[in-house]
Amino acid sequence: MKLIFAAFAALALVGCAQSPLRGTGDLGVVIERADGRIAIVDTSARAVLGRVEGLGDLSHASAVFSRDGRYAYVFGRDGGLTKVDILGQRIEKRVMQAGNSIGGAISQDGRLVVAQNYTPGGIKVFDAETLELLSEVPTQSKVVGLADLAGQKFAYALFDKGEIWVSDLSDPRHPQTQKFPAGQQPYDGLVTPDGRYYMAGLFGEDGIALLDTWQPEQGARKILENYGKGQEKLPVFKMPHLRGWAVAGNQAYLPAIGRHEVLVVDKGNWQETGRIQVKGQPVFVMARPDGRQVWVNFAFPDNGWVQVIDTLKGEVVQTLQPGKAILHMEFTPRGEHVWLSARDDHAVSIYDTRTFARIGTLPAQSPSGIFFTSRAARTGF
Amino acid sequence: MEGQAPSVQRQRELTHLVRQDCGSCHGMQLTGGLGLPLTPEALKDRPFDGLVATVYYGRPGTAMPPWQSIITEQEAAWIVRQLMQGFPEEKR
Repeated sequence: MKLIFAAFAALALVGCAQSPLRGTGDLGVVIERADGRIAIVDTSARAVLGRVEGLGDLSHASAVFSRDGRYAYVFGRDGGLTKVDILGQRIEKRVMQAGNSIGGAISQDGRLVVAQNYTPGGIKVFDAETLELLSEVPTQSKVVGLADLAGQKFAYALFDKGEIWVSDLSDPRHPQTQKFPAGQQPYDGLVTPDGRYYMAGLFGEDGIALLDTWQPEQGARKILENYGKGQEKLPVFKMPHLRGWAVAGNQAYLPAIGRHEVLVVDKGNWQETGRIQVKGQPVFVMARPDGRQVWVNFAFPDNGWVQVIDTLKGEVVQTLQPGKAILHMEFTPRGEHVWLSARDDHAVSIYDTRTFARIGTLPAQSPSGIFFTSRAARTGF
Repeated sequence: MEGQAPSVQRQRELTHLVRQDCGSCHGMQLTGGLGLPLTPEALKDRPFDGLVATVYYGRPGTAMPPWQSIITEQEAAWIVRQLMQGFPEEKR
């Protein structure tokens, strides 16, 4: 009888998802893109804690975190915006906010969540607490590269219009927007870790548009112009993503378009200082948090490879095959491990970034984006 | 350009390719993204041969790459035919 009681007590404890008390600093989410589901993961235990379903079409999805690291805001392809309680492992709120969406960002103070949409093109501003729609800025263009800036501002780029827009949401119901010509077909954007420079990668021409958001009156200028030197581009089977800003010391590392190269730029004068040959069209070029390494994954058909650049040597020091169709990489907050999603292996691989040894594999159905709560404290993530 | 249908095994690979890799721009549900929607409704007034050429040779000046290093022209035709009819789901 005692035994049976103990068993029931244990079951009751297991049944209570909220206990025991714990923080979220070592948690994160993995998108299971084909199933509209996310896995909630623990980077200390290297384990899946649970799964949350019902997030819609996550074929292109990204997540940002509330500043307390408790909630993930997941932006889905179908325009769904879902606020997930990471500790409770449940959907807190969910709205369908557009027909076709690509991602979003959260404001400096954590009070506003902003979605960037393809259809209808524009951004929409939501109350982070309630997901109430506060305002929108229509663009008549697909919006890419939305990034949060200081002072409740957001920068983004217009694929069809070739412009960078900066919207000030200090009065969230009345956005004030500045517009800057950028160049042909910006495909993604990023902001430097200090929040000062916004860059939009250009697909329609060789180069990157750069806006100094501390001195916006100077307008956007072009850097890395003509890096392809008029040579015919190799086919780009997947657009690079600029989210993972890669900066190490005074150098920034950026994916080339139509060339199997990583471009290296001096962050002081924005001049090209070198380029590193890699295995394919780079998609993510991401610095380990300390900047000592830059990890690169590739577009189809080279998406089974990952290469590691040593930033002191300025060369590739490691070539890995972590699995089939590596879609994304995420470093643990201080960078001792990196998690990689292997879509076609239905697995997340975990590597030690010092030894390059694979230290674990977790099952996940068609995993794509991996997002850890440490993003909550970073500008541009 | 009717050609021969790819083998069952190859059809499975092509289905995966379209859903997953074309899907990175056109959406896994093929409802569009940076690329245009590829649903039967969206394609119904487009000429078949033009679509096959777009897949095989790409569209210069746009983000659509040529797929000729990956698939044959017959396979491109098979893909376009499936797209126009409603693309099959991946078997899992």
